[in-house]
Amino acid sequence: MACTHALASGIGGMRAAGDLVGRMQMTQGMRLSDAKTYVAGRLGCAVADLADPIAMHDVRRDLGLGRITVQDLTYPTHAGAMAPKFRIADVLGVPINSVTRFAEDAGLTTTGGRA
Amino acid sequence: MTRTVRTRLGDGSLVAMTADEIRADLEAGTEIGARRSKAPQLTADEIDHLHDIFTSEAKFSAVDLGDEVVLSFDGSGNLDSGTRVDELYSYQCHRGADMLELFAMDYSYKAVKTILSFEAQAMKTAQLNLIAPLQYGAMPDLGRYSMPDGPVPNWSELMPLTRIDEAREAQLAAIELAVSDMVYCAEGMWEAGADGLDFDTAGAAGDGDFLAALTAIETVKGRYPDCGIELGMASEYVLGMHGQLEFKGRRLAGMWPAEQVKVAQEAGATMFGPAVNVNTTKSVAWNVARACTIIKPCMAVAEIPVHPNVGMGVGGVPMSPYPPADAVSRVSRALVDILHCDGL
Repeated sequence: MACTHALASGIGGMRAAGDLVGRMQMTQGMRLSDAKTYVAGRLGCAVADLADPIAMHDVRRDLGLGRITVQDLTYPTHAGAMAPKFRIADVLGVPINSVTRFAEDAGLTTTGGRA
Repeated sequence: MTRTVRTRLGDGSLVAMTADEIRADLEAGTEIGARRSKAPQLTADEIDHLHDIFTSEAKFSAVDLGDEVVLSFDGSGNLDSGTRVDELYSYQCHRGADMLELFAMDYSYKAVKTILSFEAQAMKTAQLNLIAPLQYGAMPDLGRYSMPDGPVPNWSELMPLTRIDEAREAQLAAIELAVSDMVYCAEGMWEAGADGLDFDTAGAAGDGDFLAALTAIETVKGRYPDCGIELGMASEYVLGMHGQLEFKGRRLAGMWPAEQVKVAQEAGATMFGPAVNVNTTKSVAWNVARACTIIKPCMAVAEIPVHPNVGMGVGGVPMSPYPPADAVSRVSRALVDILHCDGL
């Protein structure tokens, strides 16, 4: 059922920019149109690109926002797991709870340098 | 011989209906939804659009390009393969989830409280491995605070004995305990790095259950302003098990989604998920028309994202462990096209 909804009406998660738009909804309470406009503005792309995995593949790479690995595509030298969330917090201009706590735990600043 | 199309009932079974029968179901669904909730019926154009969706012979239906919405997944995962982090990773990477939710199989904050340290550790581990926003979810589950499962007298047993005052007192006592547990769990999850909390199936035990969730949300949001909070409902209508409970001057008993979202916003929720239960003996078209009618007024007054529940047995999705893709995709598209909702 999850896959059905995703194919029928979803933005596409991390294949595109769904997680980014979703984060603005979950943590900032933004309505969909506002969230899409905001995210597109911060990413420097068109709103129509947000659900396009082809467009977002390059945007996510360039901004270090994390990408999904598949059988033929792996990214061992790119930001993954926790690291992209530091980038996401910076690019979207919103605090991310796990980023803040990770930085505190590791003695880092949220932009990656030493505290 | 009149041409028929294959469509589904609310229990997922396949039936053959003519185009006229489907239209009649759509009109009946919106009529009863409007009558019950005192909302306007769907417009002729909306009925025509739903008719197009449900008379199509295509196996799959989808929104137009550009109309995609955010998908939140309360209770992401089956907990039957790998670890919970593996399941969340699968939802993030393989199932197109825009938001994720860590949860325990005993989906109740009363139960989670007893294992909070383990749940919080799971949240911490999950946050280290995932990129998509991840909240923690469970139910207010007010009924569990009543005897024999809890310490409070069972109001469901007191009411038939006409011991109404005692039943109301019992619910108030249960609310206090539930709020304490929910806030305690929320604190633990936030400290572990959660992006947000989900108070799901609010109102399942009536207006007391709903009040407990609203009170907990207000408390949590006051302590952690950056915390995302989703309020998900149990059904379309708040039952007045107490009957006199209010939140910020609004009586909760009898609320439909348009009023529910207002109190959710006032409490500090950042997302709202209305629920409309499925009638398994009616067609999916009937159920979708009814669901759209009931939820549509909510969209006009919402200031926060609205994600109608479209899991098994709600929103028009058939009540079946394997909801058929032809039906689910039609529900998905119909709700987005008619409601212009912020997500599902």
